Amino acid sequence: LFNQFPNLASEMEDKVTSPEKAEEAKLKARYPHLGQKPGGSDFLRKRLQKGQKYFDSGDYNMAKAKMKNKQLPTATPDKTEVTGDHIPTPQDLPQRKPSLVASKLAG
Amino acid sequence: MGGGGVYAGEPRGKAWVGRGGGAGGGNDIQWCFSQVKGAVDDDVAEADIISTVEFNHSGELLATGDKGGRVVIFQQEQENKIQSHSRGEYNVYSTFQSHEPEFDYLKSLEIEEKINKIRWLPQKNAAQFLLSTNDKTIKLWKISERDKRPEGYNLKEEDGRYRDPTTVTTLRVPVFRPMDLMVEASPRRIFANAHTYHINSISINSDYETYLSADDLRINLWHLEITDRSFNIVDIKPANMEELTEVITAAEFHPNSCNTFVYSSSKGTIRLCDMRASALCDRHSKLFEEPEDPSNRSFFSEIISSISDVKFSHSGRYMMTRDYLSVKIWDLNMENRPVETYQVHEYLRSKLCSLYENDCIFDKFECCWNGSDSVVMTGSYNNFFRMFDRNTKRDITLEASRENNKPRTVLKPRKVCASGKRKKDEISVDSLDFNKKILHTAWHPKENIIAVATTNNLYIFQDKVN
Repeated sequence: LFNQFPNLASEMEDKVTSPEKAEEAKLKARYPHLGQKPGGSDFLRKRLQKGQKYFDSGDYNMAKAKMKNKQLPTATPDKTEVTGDHIPTPQDLPQRKPSLVASKLAG
Repeated sequence: MGGGGVYAGEPRGKAWVGRGGGAGGGNDIQWCFSQVKGAVDDDVAEADIISTVEFNHSGELLATGDKGGRVVIFQQEQENKIQSHSRGEYNVYSTFQSHEPEFDYLKSLEIEEKINKIRWLPQKNAAQFLLSTNDKTIKLWKISERDKRPEGYNLKEEDGRYRDPTTVTTLRVPVFRPMDLMVEASPRRIFANAHTYHINSISINSDYETYLSADDLRINLWHLEITDRSFNIVDIKPANMEELTEVITAAEFHPNSCNTFVYSSSKGTIRLCDMRASALCDRHSKLFEEPEDPSNRSFFSEIISSISDVKFSHSGRYMMTRDYLSVKIWDLNMENRPVETYQVHEYLRSKLCSLYENDCIFDKFECCWNGSDSVVMTGSYNNFFRMFDRNTKRDITLEASRENNKPRTVLKPRKVCASGKRKKDEISVDSLDFNKKILHTAWHPKENIIAVATTNNLYIFQDKVN
């Protein structure tokens, strides 16, 4: 059938795309630059970096001195990405205290 | 591979017969609500998120760990011989703060107190022991009972104050008198500073003397008595981190062979290693991988093939892996493909784009075997969990919800409608609540009793006893 009607073959292929490939097309449409960064997997690096919080007092004080009266750049909503522009402030690093409250499973 | 009988290659004299031998799906077992633990309110504090659930070897104790670093242990009460229509309930036995948040100032690293895994040691004496771990530190806890206390000291009053020795005119022998049961937890060993990356698994060896701990790139072997030394047995860290393509996602010792362990990867492979082969087990003895059709490959392929859990069967002949959409059973004698594959929620394949955007595609579901290895269970979304009967090939979807919480009420099977016309009582894929995920489940080693953790509640279900 496909030999007689070669166009039919490609039309059918388009319609019978796997659901996974259709989802991939959707994602690429929304984020065209996805997967193009070189050097290893982004997911893996993000996974390995979990918990990393940078605070360099030198950077912080120099930024404060430069800025004088202006506001320091605050943390972006997505705090997982640490860039050169973002100077973490002591307020960004919350105090970590253990939960002194008993688990509600035991209540 | 029946529900009863002896498996080949398994220790002589042990037969896998039991109440757990029946089917778990379809009409054979009827699951009933038994208990639910935890707060009712919808506003969940982060510390209350349950992060691990584990029965001990006898099934008498059930431990949970949470994001706040706390462990709660429940104990099954003795079966009431008169009220034989239900098995004993699980009540709080002990609770303690296992881990606390830390900050590694040298590396600028925040260390979460979340308990990643709990593993019980087999009981050797009156006390119980368990290992609990967060991202960096493993601790051995001793849980012991105190039901007597000494009374009648000569030099101390009952309240502890010291008596003036000159007022003592007669001597007496202190005696032990019964007191209200007190359960104490104390940390006996702290195994620290051996992991640069985040610990995802701990597994106790069948020799009951050693255990392994695995992080993203390395696996270490410890002796339970020795805290200042551990041996590195697997290291997959590349010389150049830019070349990193794969991480370790789970690891477990073989239940019977003390020289054998497996570890799974983010690329969907499982490696079986034999510690007799060499000190550093970088070269696997067996590599389990299902070949993939390259034409089906998509951006999501690797992510959804990442194995989130690996568990040996009790018999030691099989192992089960969980990836994002399925559960696979592997025969240790066959490396090139699994012997059984069960679809957990195939309808999500056409939702991968949104699941990637809301990060759900990275959720790590666990899986477990029943006592006779005839049924396997894993969680899903919308507080659904699934069971697959390996013998009858039937499967069932159940829901952990407070709406069904009358004791001995049989749970109604659930069904998700993937597309097309939704039947009555079915739920459509788009109505699923992806914030209600069941990541952790556990099956009693001998009975048909299961513990299912929703975000912050622990449900206990039993089969109908009649």
